[in-house]
Amino acid sequence: MVAQGEAREQAGPPTGRTIELVLLAFAAVLVTGALILVEANQEQTLTIDLLLIGAAYLALLVGAHLAVRRLAPYADPLILPAVALLNGLGLVMIYRLDLAKADRAVALGNDLPTLLWPRQVAWTGVGLLLFVAVLWVVRDHRKLAAYAYTAGFTGLILLALPGVLPSSISEVNGAKIWLRLGIFSIQPGEFAKILLIIFFAAFLVQKRDLFSTAGRRFLGMELPRARDLAPLLVAWAFSVGVLVLERDLGTSLLFFGIVLVLLYTATERVSWMLIGLSFFAAGGFVAYQLFGHVRTRVQIWIDPFADFDGAGFQIGQALFGLGTGGLGGTGLGAGRPELVPFAESDFMLSSLGEELGLIGLAAIMVIYLVLITRGLRSALAVRDSFGKLLATGLAFTLALQVFIVAGGASKLIPLTGLTLPFLSYGGSSLVANYALVALLLRISNAARAPLPRRPAVPLPPIAEAGTELVERPS
Amino acid sequence: MNTPVRRIAIAVMAMVLLLMANLTYIQVVKAGDYRTDQRNQRVLLAEYSRQRGQISAQGQVLARSVETDGQYPFQREYPDGPAFASITGYYSLIYSAGGLERAANDVLNGSDDRLFTRRLSDLITGRDPSGGNVVTTIDPAVQQAAYDALSENGYTGSVVALQPSTGAILAMASTPSYDPNPLAAQGARTQQDAWAEYTDADPPVLTNRAIQEIYPPGSTFKLIDVAAALESGRYTPESQFTAASSITLADTATPLQNFNGNACGTGRTASLRDALQRSCNTAFAELAEQLGEQALRDQAEAFGIGTEDIAIPMGVVPSTIGDIESTAALQQTSIGQRDVALTPMQNAMVVAAIANGGRLMAPYLISEIQGQDLETLDTTEPDQIGQSVSPGVARTLTELMVNNENSYQGEGKIRGVQIAAKTGTAEHGVDPKSTPPHVWYVAFAPAENPQVAVAVLVESGGDRNNLAATGGAVAAPIGRAVIGAALRGSQ
Repeated sequence: MVAQGEAREQAGPPTGRTIELVLLAFAAVLVTGALILVEANQEQTLTIDLLLIGAAYLALLVGAHLAVRRLAPYADPLILPAVALLNGLGLVMIYRLDLAKADRAVALGNDLPTLLWPRQVAWTGVGLLLFVAVLWVVRDHRKLAAYAYTAGFTGLILLALPGVLPSSISEVNGAKIWLRLGIFSIQPGEFAKILLIIFFAAFLVQKRDLFSTAGRRFLGMELPRARDLAPLLVAWAFSVGVLVLERDLGTSLLFFGIVLVLLYTATERVSWMLIGLSFFAAGGFVAYQLFGHVRTRVQIWIDPFADFDGAGFQIGQALFGLGTGGLGGTGLGAGRPELVPFAESDFMLSSLGEELGLIGLAAIMVIYLVLITRGLRSALAVRDSFGKLLATGLAFTLALQVFIVAGGASKLIPLTGLTLPFLSYGGSSLVANYALVALLLRISNAARAPLPRRPAVPLPPIAEAGTELVERPS
Repeated sequence: MNTPVRRIAIAVMAMVLLLMANLTYIQVVKAGDYRTDQRNQRVLLAEYSRQRGQISAQGQVLARSVETDGQYPFQREYPDGPAFASITGYYSLIYSAGGLERAANDVLNGSDDRLFTRRLSDLITGRDPSGGNVVTTIDPAVQQAAYDALSENGYTGSVVALQPSTGAILAMASTPSYDPNPLAAQGARTQQDAWAEYTDADPPVLTNRAIQEIYPPGSTFKLIDVAAALESGRYTPESQFTAASSITLADTATPLQNFNGNACGTGRTASLRDALQRSCNTAFAELAEQLGEQALRDQAEAFGIGTEDIAIPMGVVPSTIGDIESTAALQQTSIGQRDVALTPMQNAMVVAAIANGGRLMAPYLISEIQGQDLETLDTTEPDQIGQSVSPGVARTLTELMVNNENSYQGEGKIRGVQIAAKTGTAEHGVDPKSTPPHVWYVAFAPAENPQVAVAVLVESGGDRNNLAATGGAVAAPIGRAVIGAALRGSQ
């Protein structure tokens, strides 16, 4: 099998692997450059160690590249470099914030804070291992459809688990989304996200005809039949459950958004979208009426400076940071992103925006856009419906998550707690997103690989073919 | 299913465009507002990393930034902290700034427009941007004398010394004071501890009593009564008033007594000159009733009382003579009680105007703005803000004040120097009869060619913690010491 692939690689259409390697090297150079800037601005000294760190990062990426070359040779060549650049910039920023926090602790005479960057490096390693493992285990994405119900069930359990477990195990900073497992903690919701997308994609492909069955026509749209609304209602109920039990606006919003987009993609019906959005509006209105934490979020969204010393402090500081950065930024390591609480996770956007400026953020958004559109492109190109739905779901998850987090940190929409994929500090998010990207690469590999040629069944020479007499039935 | 996927791709691009549009609004349109917002510490942090200009007085450095190996490249130092804290104020990373550090911040941090060309050349030559220097009008010897005189005795009080001809502030002391150095420390803990100590201190140390507190002026206000009387043209120093030791306030049963219940001299009436010298309350109550509220109010305003926007450049709290609801209130007002309340700065302005032929000069603390290389960029021109009294009335007032000073007892008289003065002893508090009074001494010298005008205030009788404290006994020696220091410097 492997030998066959390599043999085909030499003869067949271009795989794009060389482009990928060059781009990965470019990403490693950019990340090393960023690290040098941070060191120059923060410590005023440069050591050869920086180049070694850069080289080590490149080595890690080359490892991932070799795995892709071996396991998914036709995979999209832009996806992995985009991920590598985002992950690397995130690491540099987390390291930079560690330096600032350590300085602050020294100035205040406090104990040194736990350094976050070594953990994030470790999580990056774990993420890359899972990345390779997924590519290794999932040789054909279509096989995943067979485990749809298992995936869905596991996903639901993972999603619901922190909500029902006692707060001592599951609550950190007011959000009940954690599983504290001794030395480290994970957010099972990040993994549930992928499992549920697999389930929904398979489920919708199976029952596609059902959901496409026309109900009544209304305003030129065909409405679905009432009884077909059940899956949407279940998803909606789960989103509300997450919101209530886990106090996690972000995951709730993300989960519901994905289900809606998958329904729309599977049925090609705009009416699903509108029904879903009205459900969302209703849910949002009820949540606003019932829950204080939702109301607070909306109030600080409308005017963070009204309560600057209280609830509005974080978003207010983030806006100050972004404004101080301006068009060109203060330069990496030369700003004060650490003034924003959670600058390394939920507010990664303002940290990057302060030091890299609007120009830097625009570049980062373009990298995300490349990553997402390459995912959607694979969805267009792959031939099976399940693959299309799965790739759309995975790519759109990234898009929606970026929108929710970046929009929240820049006061475009109310603030919800989520991480910027690959950039923010957070092990679960990083590892889960590496698995997500592995699946996207697997689907893109299927989309770009040449169609397996049917082994030509040798036809017997005409002379040797038996002659058959065909008698007209009388 | 490809159509929905394409539409989703378009939706994703729209989402990113929306994000970028919003970020453009924040980072370009609103950037200036956010960058300069008071609550944005980033600006202060950036300033902290840059060499701030120095504050000096006649070549003596009051505040400077020196290079260190600490967390920030520069450390703010106040070589003679407490004595000059009422001038320099403080500069703290956590607690912002006070005094000149706050009021002249634009110059010191280099963002003032007068430093614009310098900033531009810094940018081109790549020189580290640094702030401009502030040269004060302070005479360090006078300031030190004022601070020492107050603090040696442990007084809570204030001294202001002005140059009458210009309004230049020669000294502005307030005690008890504080050391601004710990507030400028690089370690946050040091700053926090110092701040906690200073804000909890009783009496308060961070208040600059010279310009931020108002006190009843007591008998020093009688100078304004006399000025109003002489300006009206209906009175001379020889005009006669009651010498009774006690009268009843108009339309009330409340008695108004002279100090210690003394009669004003031996006769039935006393001249205005004697009444001022003996500070007879009953005589001034009669005068005020005759003058009327408007005349007194106009005269007070002509000396600057009630002016809202005096800035030296620190803002001076407006002084007031109150609402004066009745004739009885007017009579109490005339002896500097009831609702009359003046800053020591205002009281110094009154005597400085008398010393300056009636010309009221705006008090100012900054004489020069310099660039980093000590090149003068701007000089403050003296500014006359009014004519308090005519030159003739000023001369008469001077003569009466000389008469006062020559009758006063007390220590510290300077041989060969003729001082013109007035003392004051002001009741205050909820139970004035059993609270030691605030004591005042306002003066200028030499009477014939005034070089310095001072106002001394000591809260609650100073160390003579009894009801017998008077301006003459407690405040006058301080005033004379300050005048002595000022005249030594100018000779």
